[in-house]
Amino acid sequence: MRDVAIVAFSEGPVTFGSTSTPVEMIVPTVHDVLKQAGIERTDVDFWCHGSCDYMTGQPFSFVSAVDALGAWPPIIESHVEMDGAWALYEAWIKIQTGEAEVALVFGNGKSSAGDMNRALSLQQDPYTVAPLWPGMTAMEGLGACAALQAGTVTERQMAEAASRARRDGAKNGNVLVSGNESADELLSRPVTAAPFRDHDIPAMADGVSAVIIATGDVAKKIAKRPAWIRAIDHRIDHQNLGWRDLARSTSAAIAASEVGVHKDKVDVAELHTTFSHHEQLLINALQLRPDATSITPSGGALVGNTLMAAGLSRFGHAARSIFSGSADRAVAHAQQGACLQQNIVAVLEGN
Amino acid sequence: MAGDKLQVTFEADGSLSAPLTLFYPYNRTLGTTVARFLSSLADKRIEGTKAQDGRVFVPPAEFDPSTGTPLTEWVQVGDEGTVVQWSWQPAPFEDNTLDQPFAWALILLDGADVPMLHAVQAKAAATMSIGMRVKAVWAEDRTPEISAIRCFEPVGG
Repeated sequence: MRDVAIVAFSEGPVTFGSTSTPVEMIVPTVHDVLKQAGIERTDVDFWCHGSCDYMTGQPFSFVSAVDALGAWPPIIESHVEMDGAWALYEAWIKIQTGEAEVALVFGNGKSSAGDMNRALSLQQDPYTVAPLWPGMTAMEGLGACAALQAGTVTERQMAEAASRARRDGAKNGNVLVSGNESADELLSRPVTAAPFRDHDIPAMADGVSAVIIATGDVAKKIAKRPAWIRAIDHRIDHQNLGWRDLARSTSAAIAASEVGVHKDKVDVAELHTTFSHHEQLLINALQLRPDATSITPSGGALVGNTLMAAGLSRFGHAARSIFSGSADRAVAHAQQGACLQQNIVAVLEGN
Repeated sequence: MAGDKLQVTFEADGSLSAPLTLFYPYNRTLGTTVARFLSSLADKRIEGTKAQDGRVFVPPAEFDPSTGTPLTEWVQVGDEGTVVQWSWQPAPFEDNTLDQPFAWALILLDGADVPMLHAVQAKAAATMSIGMRVKAVWAEDRTPEISAIRCFEPVGG
């Protein structure tokens, strides 16, 4: 295997109601990540993009996104209809094959273009589930109900996850919601979409994130302290909610085991927690010790869910903790689908 | 949509916006398994397939989840069942089968081994509980679609 590292990360403004086109949203973030790396666009061997045509409202919308990169002289690029974290996985494979040394990966989405809660119904079976339009919050509510019933997650843990996300969001600044409420204060608020209170549900956001990954010596030239991707794996659970044990995330546990999360200390774990109960489900699946690991210090997707970019942002923030030296070993996680259906986990190291 | 007037709005920042309503009109052949399941719903019957380990899947599994073998043995299950998990929908979407706040539930139908997702017409979230019994309410005009079951309702009101 070739050594590959994350060497730069940029996250555009997390907003809601952007009137920019996807290209207009992507350009500044792509420029910024290139600037951070100190390289030119012609130094990039491979470009990989994660987005969703359905959100953009236009088939093959990702083709127009190439305008944000500059298509001349010709570039080699690809696209996944997934969060940008999966585009990072494709770019990592591309580098492993020896076809590229430097790749720029980006993800973008504009949640404000429609009602994402309703639209995400369409991720389910097109004949037996999607026509009922269950919506994202209700499906996640079934998952939270299962976890609470089984005792794998408690209501207090959900409130603590939300409380910490809102505090960390205030420190991060680039989020949609923040606050200093204690878990007790949050628990005293009304249940609005049982089993959820409002703060258990993500703030849907518009945004872009971009990451540059590079191999061996190139990575060392670009970054003072590259975040080496020691292992990366992604797994999927069945689409049908009734066929799965929603009280645990089986696919996240397999991915975490494959990359050896538990084999050494974890200083920082950036978890793609879109609903508050995901945090404890993921702590369980990844076998993390919250007393020894800083969990999602960026605040995470609960306080700004930039659909299609938020997962890649977790990789970026985990890498940033390595760049700064605040972590020697970090875990990055991203998810997609209802009730943690698909999970990608990577171990990043500074040495 | 000839004749429809475009609804253009001036935004605060000076830009213009107009609605774009996407839909995806297509007809697809359902295949033998899903077609039989949905057709049976139109006839007020709920049917599932039996996996090789004996588990009954409703909605039907086309292939055995463990072995990949095509499943062809059909079992009729009850139109009553038990709520395994539930969540509350405080503001229904226009496409839901119910227009007042209601619950979603994974319902284990009598005779099935895997729960299925559907709506439960309940007065309030406080009336919902894991283990409660519910019964299918059939739509009056039934086409071979999942919405042939309009919703479930608590047994005994």
